[in-house]
Amino acid sequence: MIVLRIRRDHVDAIVAHARRDHPDEACGVIAGPDDGSDTPDRYIPMVNAARSPTFYEFGSGDLLKLYREMAANDETPVVIYHSHTATEAYPSRTDIKFAQEPFAHYVLVSTRADDVAEFRSYRIVDGEVTEEPVEIVGEPTAESAAVRLNPDVAPDTAPVESYMFANTGNDDIPDA
Amino acid sequence: MAVTVSIPTILRTHTGGEKSVEASGKTVAEVIDDVESRHSGLKDRLVKDEKLHRFVNVYVNDEDVRFAGGLEAAVKDGDTVTILPAVAGGMR
Repeated sequence: MIVLRIRRDHVDAIVAHARRDHPDEACGVIAGPDDGSDTPDRYIPMVNAARSPTFYEFGSGDLLKLYREMAANDETPVVIYHSHTATEAYPSRTDIKFAQEPFAHYVLVSTRADDVAEFRSYRIVDGEVTEEPVEIVGEPTAESAAVRLNPDVAPDTAPVESYMFANTGNDDIPDA
Repeated sequence: MAVTVSIPTILRTHTGGEKSVEASGKTVAEVIDDVESRHSGLKDRLVKDEKLHRFVNVYVNDEDVRFAGGLEAAVKDGDTVTILPAVAGGMR
């Protein structure tokens, strides 16, 4: 099941960054341990060296520093995010062409509306885009960003029943 | 000049999964040709019309070679050559 599991505070930070840089595109990374756990852990906003409302690029010096740091920490870029300031939160042709981290979750935020930010996530591998559901871990606070996820992309809801352990009561009450 | 070339994830299909390979050459161009001779297909991902791809960053130690002569940038014994595809995109 492909899904992006992301912390509430990271979602808030990403949206705040996108709002701050609007109308320029904002961009950044959430690094996580390079052990296959696919867990975004360390939020790293980046400067958009292009400073443009229609393009983003990590500056070449910033890019080297980022990758050296991640290598030293045994990290990998689990999330690579950027914002669209006038269009939907869907990867453009350029986004797809330049997506070169095959294991990353590409998060797109749209700040085209003032009141709600669209927040969606994708895998982009060999030029193919697959949208994935976003699971936000942690409850919103009073300061949390107003975020709209894609309601049409939901995680697998097929229940996985294991019959090794007798389940005799409600699921939320552990068996004694 | 013997150097270590660090290979980004997306290009490791050309190096059998290796994150870094040894190579030799006096310039970035020679190093790339040397790596290509053992790991075919890599050069095409890096060089176009005899120039480095605009959206692939190559560094010799800490310096982006686009400020040091591009493919003709000099390389010394013990240097590290780092290849990092740009992280970029846009509205269109």
